[in-house]
Amino acid sequence: MAYSNKVLEHFQNPRNVGTLDKSKKNVGTGLVGAPECGDVMRLQIEVDAITGMIQDAKFKTFGCGSAIASSSLATEWLKGKTVDEALTIDNMDIVEELALPPVKIHCSVLAEDAIKAAINDYKKKNGIEVTAEAVAA
Amino acid sequence: MGARKIYLDNNATTPCDPRVVEAMVPYFFEHHGNAASRNHPFGWEAEEAVDYARGQIAKLIGADEKEIIFTSGATESDNLALKGVYEMYSRKGNHIITVKTEHKAVLDTCQKLEKQGAEVTYLNVQRDGLIDLSELEAAIKPSTILVSVMWANNETGVIQPMKEIGEICAKHGVLFFSDATQAVGKIKTHPRELGIHLMAFTAHKMYGPKGVGALYVSRKNPRVKVTAQMDGGGHERGMRSGTLNVPGIVGFGKAAEIAMDEMEQDAARLSKLRDKLEKAMFEMEEIYVNGNVDHRMPHVANISFKHVEGEGLMMTFNQEIALSSGSACTSASLEPSYVLVALGLGDDLAHSSLRFSLGRFTSEDDVNYAIEAIKKGVNHMRDLSPIWEMYKEGVDLSKIEWAEHAS
Repeated sequence: MAYSNKVLEHFQNPRNVGTLDKSKKNVGTGLVGAPECGDVMRLQIEVDAITGMIQDAKFKTFGCGSAIASSSLATEWLKGKTVDEALTIDNMDIVEELALPPVKIHCSVLAEDAIKAAINDYKKKNGIEVTAEAVAA
Repeated sequence: MGARKIYLDNNATTPCDPRVVEAMVPYFFEHHGNAASRNHPFGWEAEEAVDYARGQIAKLIGADEKEIIFTSGATESDNLALKGVYEMYSRKGNHIITVKTEHKAVLDTCQKLEKQGAEVTYLNVQRDGLIDLSELEAAIKPSTILVSVMWANNETGVIQPMKEIGEICAKHGVLFFSDATQAVGKIKTHPRELGIHLMAFTAHKMYGPKGVGALYVSRKNPRVKVTAQMDGGGHERGMRSGTLNVPGIVGFGKAAEIAMDEMEQDAARLSKLRDKLEKAMFEMEEIYVNGNVDHRMPHVANISFKHVEGEGLMMTFNQEIALSSGSACTSASLEPSYVLVALGLGDDLAHSSLRFSLGRFTSEDDVNYAIEAIKKGVNHMRDLSPIWEMYKEGVDLSKIEWAEHAS
């Protein structure tokens, strides 16, 4: 089992590792997975209240190299997108970008779930209606 | 960093000792004969070499030469023992007792036998990996024909109480088979002394070549027979047909001879290095050793690094250090090690485990280097771990409702 260069690159230089202040109203936090399953992802977004753009994104992940790379890539993609644009990120985009093998597809699914969970949390905090699409996660 | 490569995965396979390789070489070309060719010197030379190796191996395990059946490896030996006994003793009964932490070569074979009408009891292990002897004895019934318990576990190195199990089997008149793959050549393994009637082992876990193994089958008190699973020319006293792997067997014999001379000093040296490694790991927080530390192979340590996922951790140093993880993140099932789960570890700790297995060619320098690399890796992965952060903040992780992904 060899990792793709992109997975290795993200694993060795993970982007946006860290923690945002979840008490802030414009910060949304998504925590998905479970320690028993070997993967836990926490993804956070900080949204600019005026523009509706995601101005910062941070993650911490307990998991294998592909899980870490998937979440690192997700934070990269989130920055600069609006909340609604962010909802269009599909796990298969992550699979493609990182060349994940079939046994690692669940890592990308988890990253998509984490994005949706963070956005839902942000929307709830700000009294924005959560769309059906986002709930599907 | 450089291109340093350190091998701490000797339970997977050991390097072939150069002295073994040297002994094997003439049997590929100069003495290439078939040990079953009775009518010319090529065959005689090959047969002589096989007999000599059989003697070396028998000596290592305190057995008679005629009690050694050569196979292709431990998996085949396990299959031959279980299926061979089941077929041979089917008139006596159909019940087999084994243990949940056995190797897949035993467990999967038992499952296949169940489909053919066998009844199999899978004993639990205790928290330290040892079986409960009273549970074993209670499981024996009139239809029991075989007890199958591995000598030392491949993942934890835990050594089962073989003598006591042998006594229970003798008391109830049941055959006792042991998969001793991880023990032979590393610690003293004399089946006859302990009441073991069949014992599987292989060359490539004791610095011999891959592709050759053996099954010890007791010839007296009692004389045990197994039904052949490979039919053909009737080699190996009719128990295993197939042209003998002469160079492999020569190497196996040489490996046994070296083990005989060196296993004590290897064990003493490696247990010191293993203890050093373990002690260094304990300098970090939330480190757990899996399995009984007093009944354990000298060269093995199975350690859980809480809140760090094993495969991810390995990725921080796997360009340089080879070892195994109980995290099965690579398998399609996503299930962590069934052995660690059987010990009662939570899945989270099983996912967080690494298995270190040192060997004859592991130096103190290697261990020192590994200690530093692993500590660095653990700290790095904990910095990345949300559950480590939560643990440090005093969050009770067991109280969190994890949003598990339903995959």
